[in-house]
Amino acid sequence: MEWLNLAQFVLPLILVLVGWVVGRILERRHYASIRQREKELAHVLVFSTRLPPPQSSGQRSSLVTGSVVVSSDYFKTFISGLRNLVGGNFKGYETLMERGRREALLRLKADALAQGSTLVIGLRFESSRIAGSQTPCMEVLAYGTALKA
Amino acid sequence: MIVSNLETLPGQQVVKHLGLAQGSTVKAKHVGKDFLAGLKNIVGGELKAYTELMQDAREEAVRRMVAEATSMGANAVLNVRFASTSITMGAAEILAYGSAVVVQPLPVSSAPAHPQA
Repeated sequence: MEWLNLAQFVLPLILVLVGWVVGRILERRHYASIRQREKELAHVLVFSTRLPPPQSSGQRSSLVTGSVVVSSDYFKTFISGLRNLVGGNFKGYETLMERGRREALLRLKADALAQGSTLVIGLRFESSRIAGSQTPCMEVLAYGTALKA
Repeated sequence: MIVSNLETLPGQQVVKHLGLAQGSTVKAKHVGKDFLAGLKNIVGGELKAYTELMQDAREEAVRRMVAEATSMGANAVLNVRFASTSITMGAAEILAYGSAVVVQPLPVSSAPAHPQA
């Protein structure tokens, strides 16, 4: 009975610890990769306006999308439980959503580039929670219209 | 078939409105994938299996929307929007909807790329 109780408390603690260490490493790597690709794709222009900017010559349009499913780690989920008591900003989930949104936008840009376009207008973001009763698992979708000459 | 989330297409003019076209899919998650995603949940980050699943579902929804628009006699779907909801813990619905229209290229000489400009 004793060891069972111990396991009940220790196991979640270990998982939270693993989530903290590995989650931080993964997040740092992801951010590095995002910044790298943002530089590479900087020439693909994206606007949320309905009309293309003047002097652009795009005449053929096609729908482009980029999406990603990102999940929180055990540490963030654990901390968010505490954060709920006092309210306020929760940086852990802010960065989670930011990563998702930037990744989705990068994939949209890559999709546009693959179709030979460097101009996307009418950008929309959509995010929804797709799974996870405890740990949130968010899908972020970016979509817009790519214009080609 | 032109699919776009704009109301009007640059260089094209809408000559006929045919009404709403929509397509939806409900995709369930594979148990094995779900289990692996559960493990990935510990450390967080992207869940590639789910990303692919949602992408497949979205493509399917767009295909169905395009099929409906085609059967209405349209050659373009404009103002396309996506919506997704998780119905139960294991399944998500993706809906794509837009206006089925017939478009024609504007005559080149009198085609101002930007009516406002």
